[in-house]
Amino acid sequence: MSQGIQYAVDSIAFGSLFALMALALALLFGVMGLMNFAYGELIMAGAFTMYYTRGAGWGAMIGMTILVVTVLSLLMELIAFRPVRRASPVTLLVTSFAVSYGLQQLGWMTVGKGPQKGVEPYPFLTKQLDVSGVLVSRLTIITVIVTIVLLVGMTLLLKRTTLGIQLRASTEDFRMAQLVGVKANWVISAAFGITGLLASAVAILYVLRTGAVDPEIGRGPLLVAFVGGVIGGLGSLPGAALGGFVLGAIINALQAVLPTTLASHTQLFAFLAVIAILVFQPEGLVAVRSGFLTRIWRRLRRPVVAEEAAA
Amino acid sequence: MLRLADVSVSYGRIAAVQELSLEVKEGELVGLVGHNGAGKSTTLWTIAGVLRPSSGDVTFAGRSIVGLSPDAILRLGISLVPENRRIFGRLTVGENLRIGTSARKDRKQAEADIEKMCERFPVLGSFLDRSGSKLSGGEQQQLAIARALLSRPKLLLLDEPTLGLAPLIVDQVFEILQELREEGVTMLLVEQNAARTIEVANRTYVMRSGGRIAFHGTAQELATMGDFEAAYIGMAP
Repeated sequence: MSQGIQYAVDSIAFGSLFALMALALALLFGVMGLMNFAYGELIMAGAFTMYYTRGAGWGAMIGMTILVVTVLSLLMELIAFRPVRRASPVTLLVTSFAVSYGLQQLGWMTVGKGPQKGVEPYPFLTKQLDVSGVLVSRLTIITVIVTIVLLVGMTLLLKRTTLGIQLRASTEDFRMAQLVGVKANWVISAAFGITGLLASAVAILYVLRTGAVDPEIGRGPLLVAFVGGVIGGLGSLPGAALGGFVLGAIINALQAVLPTTLASHTQLFAFLAVIAILVFQPEGLVAVRSGFLTRIWRRLRRPVVAEEAAA
Repeated sequence: MLRLADVSVSYGRIAAVQELSLEVKEGELVGLVGHNGAGKSTTLWTIAGVLRPSSGDVTFAGRSIVGLSPDAILRLGISLVPENRRIFGRLTVGENLRIGTSARKDRKQAEADIEKMCERFPVLGSFLDRSGSKLSGGEQQQLAIARALLSRPKLLLLDEPTLGLAPLIVDQVFEILQELREEGVTMLLVEQNAARTIEVANRTYVMRSGGRIAFHGTAQELATMGDFEAAYIGMAP
Protein backbone atom coordinates (compact mmCIF):
# COMPACT_ATOMS: atom_id res chain seq x y z
CA MET A 1 0.00 0.00 0.00
CA SER A 2 2.66 2.47 1.01
CA GLN A 3 4.63 1.53 -2.10
CA GLY A 4 1.55 2.26 -4.18
CA ILE A 5 1.28 5.67 -2.56
CA GLN A 6 4.97 6.23 -3.23
CA TYR A 7 4.46 5.48 -6.92
CA ALA A 8 1.44 7.77 -6.94
CA VAL A 9 3.31 10.66 -5.36
CA ASP A 10 6.23 10.18 -7.73
CA SER A 11 3.84 10.02 -10.69
CA ILE A 12 2.23 13.26 -9.55
CA ALA A 13 5.64 14.93 -9.40
CA PHE A 14 6.65 13.57 -12.80
CA GLY A 15 3.30 14.41 -14.35
CA SER A 16 3.40 17.97 -13.06
CA LEU A 17 6.59 18.63 -15.06
CA PHE A 18 4.71 17.73 -18.21
CA ALA A 19 1.77 19.85 -17.13
CA LEU A 20 4.12 22.85 -17.21
CA MET A 21 5.51 21.90 -20.61
CA ALA A 22 2.11 21.24 -22.14
CA LEU A 23 0.82 24.54 -20.77
CA ALA A 24 3.72 26.36 -22.42
CA LEU A 25 3.13 24.60 -25.73
CA ALA A 26 -0.58 25.41 -25.61
CA LEU A 27 0.12 29.06 -24.83
CA LEU A 28 2.29 29.43 -27.92
CA PHE A 29 -0.12 27.43 -30.04
CA GLY A 30 -3.03 29.59 -28.95
CA VAL A 31 -1.28 32.91 -29.46
CA MET A 32 0.33 32.31 -32.81
CA GLY A 33 -0.77 28.92 -34.05
CA LEU A 34 2.76 27.63 -33.57
CA MET A 35 3.51 24.13 -32.35
CA ASN A 36 7.02 24.87 -31.17
CA PHE A 37 9.00 21.68 -31.58
CA ALA A 38 12.11 23.64 -30.63
CA TYR A 39 10.80 23.75 -27.08
CA GLY A 40 12.80 20.61 -26.30
CA GLU A 41 15.96 22.52 -27.13
CA LEU A 42 15.14 25.06 -24.44
CA ILE A 43 15.31 22.11 -22.03
CA MET A 44 18.66 21.20 -23.59
CA ALA A 45 19.99 24.73 -23.11
CA GLY A 46 18.87 24.64 -19.50
CA ALA A 47 20.51 21.27 -18.94
CA PHE A 48 23.86 22.38 -20.32
CA THR A 49 23.74 25.63 -18.40
CA MET A 50 23.25 23.62 -15.24
CA TYR A 51 26.16 21.38 -16.17
CA TYR A 52 28.56 24.25 -16.75
CA THR A 53 27.49 26.23 -13.68
CA ARG A 54 27.08 23.33 -11.26
CA GLY A 55 30.22 24.36 -9.40
CA ALA A 56 29.09 27.94 -8.86
CA GLY A 57 26.57 27.22 -6.15
CA TRP A 58 22.82 26.68 -6.13
CA GLY A 59 21.78 30.27 -6.57
CA ALA A 60 24.11 30.94 -9.50
CA MET A 61 23.20 27.65 -11.19
CA ILE A 62 19.46 28.23 -10.97
CA GLY A 63 19.72 31.94 -11.78
CA MET A 64 21.91 31.37 -14.85
CA THR A 65 19.67 28.56 -16.08
CA ILE A 66 16.56 30.73 -15.84
CA LEU A 67 18.35 33.61 -17.56
CA VAL A 68 19.86 31.58 -20.39
CA VAL A 69 16.70 29.64 -21.22
CA THR A 70 14.41 32.69 -21.07
CA VAL A 71 16.74 34.77 -23.23
CA LEU A 72 17.08 31.90 -25.71
CA SER A 73 13.31 31.63 -25.94
CA LEU A 74 12.98 35.35 -26.63
CA LEU A 75 15.75 35.20 -29.25
CA MET A 76 14.05 32.21 -30.85
CA GLU A 77 10.91 34.30 -31.33
CA LEU A 78 12.76 37.36 -32.56
CA ILE A 79 15.10 35.64 -35.02
CA ALA A 80 13.29 32.52 -36.19
CA PHE A 81 9.55 32.94 -35.73
CA ARG A 82 8.77 36.64 -36.04
CA PRO A 83 9.89 36.83 -39.69
CA VAL A 84 7.53 33.98 -40.62
CA ARG A 85 4.64 34.95 -38.36
CA ARG A 86 2.29 35.66 -41.24
CA ALA A 87 3.33 32.57 -43.19
CA SER A 88 1.21 29.48 -43.54
CA PRO A 89 0.89 27.02 -40.65
CA VAL A 90 3.00 24.55 -42.64
CA THR A 91 5.83 27.09 -42.87
CA LEU A 92 5.61 27.73 -39.13
CA LEU A 93 5.77 23.99 -38.48
CA VAL A 94 8.76 23.48 -40.76
CA THR A 95 10.47 26.47 -39.14
CA SER A 96 10.04 25.01 -35.68
CA PHE A 97 11.44 21.67 -36.86
CA ALA A 98 14.38 23.49 -38.46
CA VAL A 99 15.10 25.47 -35.31
CA SER A 100 14.87 22.31 -33.22
CA TYR A 101 17.16 20.32 -35.47
CA GLY A 102 19.59 23.21 -35.89
CA LEU A 103 19.93 23.76 -32.16
CA GLN A 104 20.32 20.05 -31.53
CA GLN A 105 23.11 19.76 -34.07
CA LEU A 106 24.73 22.89 -32.69
CA GLY A 107 24.61 21.22 -29.32
CA TRP A 108 26.26 18.06 -30.63
CA MET A 109 28.97 20.10 -32.36
CA THR A 110 29.80 22.19 -29.32
CA VAL A 111 28.82 21.45 -25.76
CA GLY A 112 27.67 17.90 -26.52
CA LYS A 113 31.06 16.70 -27.78
CA GLY A 114 33.14 14.33 -25.77
CA PRO A 115 32.16 11.99 -22.98
CA GLN A 116 28.62 11.80 -21.60
CA LYS A 117 27.94 14.71 -19.31
CA GLY A 118 25.74 14.84 -16.30
CA VAL A 119 24.84 16.61 -13.10
CA GLU A 120 25.62 14.49 -10.05
CA PRO A 121 22.68 13.87 -7.76
CA TYR A 122 22.60 16.15 -4.75
CA PRO A 123 22.38 14.12 -1.52
CA PHE A 124 20.19 16.86 -0.02
CA LEU A 125 17.63 16.26 -2.74
CA THR A 126 17.79 12.49 -3.00
CA LYS A 127 17.38 12.03 0.75
CA GLN A 128 14.09 10.28 1.39
CA LEU A 129 11.70 11.48 4.04
CA ASP A 130 9.28 9.23 5.84
CA VAL A 131 5.83 10.81 5.55
CA SER A 132 3.37 8.56 7.42
CA GLY A 133 5.13 5.43 6.24
CA VAL A 134 5.58 6.65 2.68
CA LEU A 135 9.14 7.33 1.54
CA VAL A 136 9.30 10.48 -0.54
CA SER A 137 12.46 12.18 -1.72
CA ARG A 138 12.99 15.88 -1.10
CA LEU A 139 13.28 16.37 -4.84
CA THR A 140 9.80 14.91 -5.35
CA ILE A 141 8.37 17.25 -2.73
CA ILE A 142 10.21 20.23 -4.21
CA THR A 143 9.02 19.29 -7.72
CA VAL A 144 5.41 19.22 -6.61
CA ILE A 145 5.73 22.49 -4.67
CA VAL A 146 7.53 24.31 -7.48
CA THR A 147 5.04 23.20 -10.13
CA ILE A 148 2.09 24.13 -7.91
CA VAL A 149 3.64 27.55 -7.32
CA LEU A 150 4.23 28.02 -11.05
CA LEU A 151 0.75 26.84 -12.01
CA VAL A 152 -0.83 29.09 -9.37
CA GLY A 153 1.41 31.91 -10.54
CA MET A 154 0.38 31.34 -14.15
CA THR A 155 -3.29 31.28 -13.11
CA LEU A 156 -2.93 34.56 -11.25
CA LEU A 157 -1.06 36.08 -14.17
CA LEU A 158 -3.72 34.99 -16.63
CA LYS A 159 -6.67 35.94 -14.45
CA ARG A 160 -5.58 39.04 -12.59
CA THR A 161 -3.23 41.00 -14.83
CA THR A 162 -3.74 43.05 -17.98
CA LEU A 163 -1.12 40.89 -19.74
CA GLY A 164 -3.03 37.81 -18.69
CA ILE A 165 -6.29 39.12 -20.10
CA GLN A 166 -4.50 39.99 -23.34
CA LEU A 167 -2.90 36.55 -23.51
CA ARG A 168 -6.23 34.79 -22.93
CA ALA A 169 -7.94 36.96 -25.50
CA SER A 170 -5.11 36.33 -27.97
CA THR A 171 -5.30 32.57 -27.52
CA GLU A 172 -9.03 32.71 -28.20
CA ASP A 173 -9.08 35.13 -31.13
CA PHE A 174 -5.74 36.66 -32.00
CA ARG A 175 -7.07 38.82 -34.82
CA MET A 176 -9.81 40.32 -32.65
CA ALA A 177 -7.29 40.95 -29.89
CA GLN A 178 -5.27 43.04 -32.34
CA LEU A 179 -8.41 44.89 -33.37
CA VAL A 180 -9.03 45.98 -29.78
CA GLY A 181 -5.47 47.26 -29.47
CA VAL A 182 -3.43 44.35 -28.17
CA LYS A 183 0.08 44.70 -29.59
CA ALA A 184 0.97 41.51 -31.42
CA ASN A 185 4.72 41.76 -30.85
CA TRP A 186 4.33 42.41 -27.17
CA VAL A 187 1.91 39.56 -26.53
CA ILE A 188 3.86 37.04 -28.54
CA SER A 189 7.17 38.04 -26.94
CA ALA A 190 5.55 37.80 -23.53
CA ALA A 191 4.28 34.31 -24.40
CA PHE A 192 7.77 33.23 -25.42
CA GLY A 193 9.24 34.77 -22.28
CA ILE A 194 6.75 32.92 -20.08
CA THR A 195 7.33 29.65 -21.88
CA GLY A 196 11.08 30.17 -21.50
CA LEU A 197 10.62 30.64 -17.77
CA LEU A 198 8.55 27.46 -17.56
CA ALA A 199 11.12 25.60 -19.66
CA SER A 200 13.90 26.63 -17.30
CA ALA A 201 11.95 25.24 -14.34
CA VAL A 202 11.30 21.99 -16.19
CA ALA A 203 14.96 21.74 -17.20
CA ILE A 204 16.17 22.25 -13.65
CA LEU A 205 13.78 19.74 -12.11
CA TYR A 206 14.21 17.21 -14.92
CA VAL A 207 18.01 17.28 -14.82
CA LEU A 208 18.05 17.07 -11.04
CA ARG A 209 15.81 14.01 -11.36
CA THR A 210 17.59 12.20 -14.21
CA GLY A 211 21.14 13.57 -14.02
CA ALA A 212 21.96 13.04 -17.69
CA VAL A 213 22.76 15.99 -19.94
CA ASP A 214 22.90 15.66 -23.73
CA PRO A 215 21.66 17.58 -26.79
CA GLU A 216 18.62 15.31 -27.18
CA ILE A 217 17.51 15.54 -23.57
CA GLY A 218 14.46 17.55 -24.51
CA ARG A 219 13.12 15.28 -27.23
CA GLY A 220 11.40 12.71 -25.02
CA PRO A 221 9.73 15.21 -22.69
CA LEU A 222 8.63 17.31 -25.67
CA LEU A 223 6.84 14.36 -27.25
CA VAL A 224 5.06 13.53 -24.02
CA ALA A 225 4.09 17.15 -23.42
CA PHE A 226 2.90 17.59 -27.00
CA VAL A 227 0.77 14.46 -27.01
CA GLY A 228 -0.43 15.22 -23.51
CA GLY A 229 -1.41 18.71 -24.62
CA VAL A 230 -3.33 17.27 -27.56
CA ILE A 231 -5.30 14.83 -25.41
CA GLY A 232 -5.99 17.57 -22.92
CA GLY A 233 -7.08 19.95 -25.64
CA LEU A 234 -4.65 22.49 -27.06
CA GLY A 235 -7.39 25.06 -27.35
CA SER A 236 -7.66 25.21 -23.59
CA LEU A 237 -4.74 26.12 -21.34
CA PRO A 238 -6.04 24.20 -18.31
CA GLY A 239 -6.92 21.30 -20.61
CA ALA A 240 -3.44 21.09 -22.07
CA ALA A 241 -1.87 21.21 -18.61
CA LEU A 242 -4.23 18.46 -17.46
CA GLY A 243 -3.40 16.33 -20.48
CA GLY A 244 0.34 16.76 -19.95
CA PHE A 245 -0.04 15.87 -16.31
CA VAL A 246 -2.16 12.78 -17.01
CA LEU A 247 0.16 11.40 -19.67
CA GLY A 248 3.31 12.12 -17.66
CA ALA A 249 1.80 10.49 -14.61
CA ILE A 250 0.67 7.46 -16.63
CA ILE A 251 4.17 6.97 -18.08
CA ASN A 252 5.79 7.22 -14.67
CA ALA A 253 3.28 4.85 -13.12
CA LEU A 254 3.72 2.31 -15.93
CA GLN A 255 7.48 2.41 -15.48
CA ALA A 256 6.95 1.43 -11.87
CA VAL A 257 4.34 -1.30 -12.34
CA LEU A 258 5.22 -2.96 -15.63
CA PRO A 259 7.32 -6.15 -15.47
CA THR A 260 11.00 -5.69 -16.26
CA THR A 261 10.61 -7.24 -19.70
CA LEU A 262 8.02 -4.66 -20.65
CA ALA A 263 9.36 -1.62 -18.77
CA SER A 264 11.40 -0.51 -21.78
CA HIS A 265 8.16 -0.25 -23.76
CA THR A 266 6.48 2.10 -21.34
CA GLN A 267 5.78 4.72 -23.94
CA LEU A 268 4.08 2.14 -26.16
CA PHE A 269 1.50 1.42 -23.49
CA ALA A 270 1.15 5.08 -22.63
CA PHE A 271 0.41 6.06 -26.21
CA LEU A 272 -2.04 3.17 -26.56
CA ALA A 273 -3.85 4.81 -23.69
CA VAL A 274 -3.68 8.10 -25.63
CA ILE A 275 -5.34 6.47 -28.64
CA ALA A 276 -8.06 5.12 -26.40
CA ILE A 277 -8.66 8.58 -24.92
CA LEU A 278 -8.83 10.21 -28.33
CA VAL A 279 -11.26 7.58 -29.65
CA PHE A 280 -13.76 8.47 -26.96
CA GLN A 281 -12.91 12.16 -26.58
CA PRO A 282 -11.43 13.33 -29.89
CA GLU A 283 -11.53 16.97 -28.86
CA GLY A 284 -9.47 16.31 -25.79
CA LEU A 285 -10.15 15.81 -22.12
CA VAL A 286 -11.33 19.42 -21.85
CA ALA A 287 -13.46 19.89 -24.93
CA VAL A 288 -12.11 22.58 -27.17
CA ARG A 289 -14.40 25.53 -27.60
CA SER A 290 -16.29 25.80 -30.81
CA GLY A 291 -14.39 27.59 -33.50
CA PHE A 292 -11.08 25.83 -32.84
CA LEU A 293 -11.36 23.53 -35.85
CA THR A 294 -12.70 26.43 -37.89
CA ARG A 295 -9.70 28.53 -36.94
CA ILE A 296 -7.30 25.70 -37.86
CA TRP A 297 -9.10 25.28 -41.19
CA ARG A 298 -8.89 29.00 -41.84
CA ARG A 299 -5.19 29.03 -40.96
CA LEU A 300 -4.51 26.10 -43.27
CA ARG A 301 -6.38 27.86 -46.05
CA ARG A 302 -4.76 31.24 -45.41
CA PRO A 303 -2.37 31.31 -48.43
CA VAL A 304 -5.25 31.01 -50.94
CA VAL A 305 -7.79 33.12 -49.11
CA ALA A 306 -6.61 36.67 -48.47
CA GLU A 307 -3.59 38.92 -48.44
CA GLU A 308 -3.27 40.19 -44.91
CA ALA A 309 -1.70 43.40 -43.88
CA ALA A 310 1.50 43.47 -41.90
CA ALA A 311 0.84 42.93 -38.23
CA MET B 1 -11.85 62.20 -41.99
CA LEU B 2 -11.74 58.87 -43.82
CA ARG B 3 -11.17 58.57 -47.53
CA LEU B 4 -10.90 55.52 -49.75
CA ALA B 5 -9.57 56.29 -53.20
CA ASP B 6 -9.95 53.64 -55.91
CA VAL B 7 -9.35 50.82 -53.46
CA SER B 8 -9.28 47.31 -54.83
CA VAL B 9 -9.01 44.20 -52.66
CA SER B 10 -8.64 40.65 -53.86
CA TYR B 11 -8.81 37.19 -52.34
CA GLY B 12 -6.32 35.42 -54.52
CA ARG B 13 -7.69 35.87 -58.02
CA ILE B 14 -11.14 36.90 -56.86
CA ALA B 15 -11.71 40.65 -56.85
CA ALA B 16 -13.83 41.38 -53.81
CA VAL B 17 -13.67 45.18 -54.02
CA GLN B 18 -12.90 47.10 -57.20
CA GLU B 19 -11.90 50.75 -57.47
CA LEU B 20 -14.00 51.74 -54.52
CA SER B 21 -14.02 55.35 -53.45
CA LEU B 22 -15.89 56.68 -50.46
CA GLU B 23 -15.59 59.36 -47.87
CA VAL B 24 -16.69 59.81 -44.27
CA LYS B 25 -16.62 63.31 -42.83
CA GLU B 26 -16.29 64.09 -39.16
CA GLY B 27 -19.53 63.69 -37.25
CA GLU B 28 -21.27 61.79 -40.05
CA LEU B 29 -22.97 58.43 -39.94
CA VAL B 30 -22.31 56.98 -43.38
CA GLY B 31 -24.03 53.80 -44.45
CA LEU B 32 -22.60 51.14 -46.74
CA VAL B 33 -25.27 48.75 -47.93
CA GLY B 34 -25.46 45.97 -50.46
CA HIS B 35 -26.44 42.36 -50.72
CA ASN B 36 -24.44 39.40 -49.49
CA GLY B 37 -21.04 39.13 -51.10
CA ALA B 38 -20.97 42.69 -52.41
CA GLY B 39 -17.72 43.42 -50.57
CA LYS B 40 -18.98 45.48 -47.64
CA SER B 41 -17.18 43.58 -44.89
CA THR B 42 -14.07 43.38 -47.05
CA THR B 43 -14.10 47.18 -47.21
CA LEU B 44 -14.27 47.48 -43.43
CA TRP B 45 -11.54 44.88 -42.89
CA THR B 46 -9.34 46.81 -45.29
CA ILE B 47 -9.87 50.07 -43.41
CA ALA B 48 -9.16 48.27 -40.11
CA GLY B 49 -5.87 46.95 -41.43
CA VAL B 50 -6.70 43.24 -41.53
CA LEU B 51 -6.65 43.15 -45.33
CA ARG B 52 -4.31 45.02 -47.61
CA PRO B 53 -5.58 46.66 -50.80
CA SER B 54 -3.93 45.57 -54.01
CA SER B 55 -4.32 49.12 -55.30
CA GLY B 56 -5.67 52.44 -54.17
CA ASP B 57 -5.23 54.28 -50.91
CA VAL B 58 -6.96 54.59 -47.56
CA THR B 59 -6.32 57.83 -45.72
CA PHE B 60 -7.44 58.82 -42.27
CA ALA B 61 -7.05 62.40 -41.06
CA GLY B 62 -4.93 63.03 -44.14
CA ARG B 63 -2.53 60.15 -43.50
CA SER B 64 -2.31 56.93 -45.47
CA ILE B 65 -3.00 53.93 -43.26
CA VAL B 66 -2.33 51.20 -45.81
CA GLY B 67 0.16 48.71 -44.39
CA LEU B 68 -0.37 49.63 -40.76
CA SER B 69 -1.20 46.87 -38.31
CA PRO B 70 -4.73 46.64 -36.88
CA ASP B 71 -3.58 47.73 -33.44
CA ALA B 72 -1.70 50.69 -34.92
CA ILE B 73 -4.85 51.73 -36.80
CA LEU B 74 -6.84 51.46 -33.59
CA ARG B 75 -4.34 53.76 -31.92
CA LEU B 76 -4.92 56.29 -34.69
CA GLY B 77 -8.59 56.26 -33.72
CA ILE B 78 -10.41 53.70 -35.87
CA SER B 79 -12.28 51.03 -33.95
CA LEU B 80 -14.19 48.10 -35.45
CA VAL B 81 -17.31 46.37 -34.18
CA PRO B 82 -17.00 43.18 -36.23
CA GLU B 83 -19.67 41.02 -37.76
CA ASN B 84 -21.01 38.45 -35.30
CA ARG B 85 -19.68 40.52 -32.43
CA ARG B 86 -16.59 38.33 -31.81
CA ILE B 87 -16.80 38.71 -28.09
CA PHE B 88 -14.05 36.90 -26.17
CA GLY B 89 -16.30 34.14 -24.86
CA ARG B 90 -13.79 32.90 -22.28
CA LEU B 91 -13.39 36.35 -20.78
CA THR B 92 -15.95 37.88 -18.47
CA VAL B 93 -17.97 40.92 -19.48
CA GLY B 94 -15.71 43.04 -17.28
CA GLU B 95 -12.59 41.64 -18.93
CA ASN B 96 -14.06 42.20 -22.39
CA LEU B 97 -14.63 45.83 -21.46
CA ARG B 98 -11.18 46.14 -19.94
CA ILE B 99 -9.48 44.78 -23.01
CA GLY B 100 -11.27 47.45 -25.01
CA THR B 101 -9.04 49.98 -23.23
CA SER B 102 -5.81 48.18 -24.25
CA ALA B 103 -4.69 51.02 -26.47
CA ARG B 104 -5.19 53.69 -23.83
CA LYS B 105 -2.54 54.96 -21.47
CA ASP B 106 -4.88 56.87 -19.13
CA ARG B 107 -5.72 53.91 -16.86
CA LYS B 108 -7.73 55.84 -14.26
CA GLN B 109 -9.88 57.53 -16.89
CA ALA B 110 -10.23 54.18 -18.68
CA GLU B 111 -11.59 52.59 -15.48
CA ALA B 112 -13.97 55.52 -15.06
CA ASP B 113 -15.11 55.10 -18.67
CA ILE B 114 -15.81 51.42 -18.05
CA GLU B 115 -18.14 52.44 -15.22
CA LYS B 116 -19.83 55.01 -17.47
CA MET B 117 -20.27 52.35 -20.16
CA CYS B 118 -21.94 50.09 -17.59
CA GLU B 119 -24.35 52.92 -16.78
CA ARG B 120 -25.04 53.44 -20.46
CA PHE B 121 -25.60 49.71 -20.99
CA PRO B 122 -27.04 48.58 -17.63
CA VAL B 123 -27.23 44.94 -18.66
CA LEU B 124 -23.42 44.88 -18.94
CA GLY B 125 -23.06 46.38 -15.49
CA SER B 126 -25.20 43.65 -13.98
CA PHE B 127 -23.29 40.87 -15.77
CA LEU B 128 -19.71 41.99 -15.17
CA ASP B 129 -18.57 38.62 -13.86
CA ARG B 130 -20.48 36.60 -16.40
CA SER B 131 -18.63 34.88 -19.20
CA GLY B 132 -19.04 36.63 -22.53
CA SER B 133 -20.25 33.42 -24.14
CA LYS B 134 -23.23 33.31 -21.78
CA LEU B 135 -24.76 36.56 -23.05
CA SER B 136 -27.62 36.72 -25.51
CA GLY B 137 -27.05 38.04 -29.04
CA GLY B 138 -28.38 41.48 -28.20
CA GLU B 139 -26.32 41.68 -25.01
CA GLN B 140 -23.21 40.63 -26.90
CA GLN B 141 -23.87 43.34 -29.46
CA GLN B 142 -24.08 45.92 -26.70
CA LEU B 143 -20.83 44.56 -25.28
CA ALA B 144 -19.13 44.71 -28.68
CA ILE B 145 -20.21 48.32 -29.18
CA ALA B 146 -19.18 49.27 -25.63
CA ARG B 147 -15.82 47.55 -26.07
CA ALA B 148 -15.18 49.48 -29.27
CA LEU B 149 -16.28 52.79 -27.74
CA LEU B 150 -13.90 52.33 -24.80
CA SER B 151 -10.93 52.89 -27.10
CA ARG B 152 -12.32 56.42 -27.62
CA PRO B 153 -12.38 56.10 -31.39
CA LYS B 154 -12.54 59.02 -33.77
CA LEU B 155 -14.21 56.70 -36.27
CA LEU B 156 -16.36 53.70 -35.42
CA LEU B 157 -16.74 50.96 -38.02
CA LEU B 158 -19.76 48.69 -37.55
CA ASP B 159 -20.08 45.49 -39.54
CA GLU B 160 -23.69 44.33 -39.68
CA PRO B 161 -24.49 44.99 -36.02
CA THR B 162 -28.04 43.69 -36.40
CA LEU B 163 -27.15 40.41 -38.06
CA GLY B 164 -29.04 37.52 -36.53
CA LEU B 165 -30.85 39.63 -33.95
CA ALA B 166 -34.55 39.65 -33.14
CA PRO B 167 -36.55 42.63 -34.50
CA LEU B 168 -36.92 44.16 -31.04
CA ILE B 169 -33.16 44.01 -30.50
CA VAL B 170 -32.57 45.43 -33.98
CA ASP B 171 -34.64 48.44 -32.92
CA GLN B 172 -32.50 48.80 -29.79
CA VAL B 173 -29.29 48.67 -31.80
CA PHE B 174 -30.49 51.34 -34.19
CA GLU B 175 -31.54 53.48 -31.23
CA ILE B 176 -28.00 53.18 -29.87
CA LEU B 177 -26.61 54.19 -33.25
CA GLN B 178 -28.97 57.17 -33.37
CA GLU B 179 -27.81 58.25 -29.91
CA LEU B 180 -24.16 57.92 -30.91
CA ARG B 181 -24.83 59.95 -34.03
CA GLU B 182 -26.46 62.70 -31.97
CA GLU B 183 -23.40 62.68 -29.69
CA GLY B 184 -21.23 63.36 -32.72
CA VAL B 185 -19.55 59.96 -33.03
CA THR B 186 -18.35 59.45 -36.60
CA MET B 187 -19.47 56.09 -37.95
CA LEU B 188 -19.29 53.93 -41.04
CA LEU B 189 -22.13 51.45 -40.83
CA VAL B 190 -22.23 48.33 -42.97
CA GLU B 191 -25.65 46.73 -43.07
CA GLN B 192 -27.86 44.49 -45.13
CA ASN B 193 -30.84 46.27 -43.58
CA ALA B 194 -30.73 48.99 -46.20
CA ALA B 195 -34.00 50.76 -45.34
CA ARG B 196 -33.12 51.32 -41.70
CA THR B 197 -29.57 52.31 -42.59
CA ILE B 198 -30.63 54.91 -45.14
CA GLU B 199 -33.11 56.27 -42.62
CA VAL B 200 -30.49 56.80 -39.89
CA ALA B 201 -27.44 57.72 -42.01
CA ASN B 202 -26.40 61.13 -43.29
CA ARG B 203 -25.35 59.50 -46.57
CA THR B 204 -25.32 55.98 -47.86
CA TYR B 205 -23.21 54.17 -50.40
CA VAL B 206 -24.77 51.24 -52.23
CA MET B 207 -22.46 48.46 -53.35
CA ARG B 208 -23.29 46.06 -56.09
CA SER B 209 -21.90 42.73 -57.13
CA GLY B 210 -18.25 42.90 -58.00
CA GLY B 211 -17.42 45.24 -55.14
CA ARG B 212 -18.19 48.52 -56.85
CA ILE B 213 -20.21 51.49 -55.70
CA ALA B 214 -23.44 51.75 -57.67
CA PHE B 215 -24.99 54.76 -55.99
CA HIS B 216 -24.40 57.09 -53.11
CA GLY B 217 -26.25 59.98 -51.61
CA THR B 218 -28.64 61.12 -48.94
CA ALA B 219 -31.92 59.35 -48.39
CA GLN B 220 -33.73 61.89 -50.59
CA GLU B 221 -31.18 61.56 -53.39
CA LEU B 222 -31.29 57.76 -53.32
CA ALA B 223 -35.08 57.79 -53.50
CA THR B 224 -34.91 59.51 -56.89
CA MET B 225 -32.42 57.04 -58.39
CA GLY B 226 -34.33 54.75 -60.67
CA ASP B 227 -32.16 51.66 -60.61
CA PHE B 228 -31.56 51.68 -56.88
CA GLU B 229 -33.62 48.59 -56.16
CA ALA B 230 -32.10 46.73 -59.08
CA ALA B 231 -28.65 47.49 -57.70
CA TYR B 232 -29.64 46.18 -54.29
CA ILE B 233 -31.48 42.93 -54.98
CA GLY B 234 -34.01 41.91 -52.40
CA MET B 235 -34.47 45.28 -50.77
CA ALA B 236 -38.03 45.83 -49.55
CA PRO B 237 -39.87 48.55 -51.49
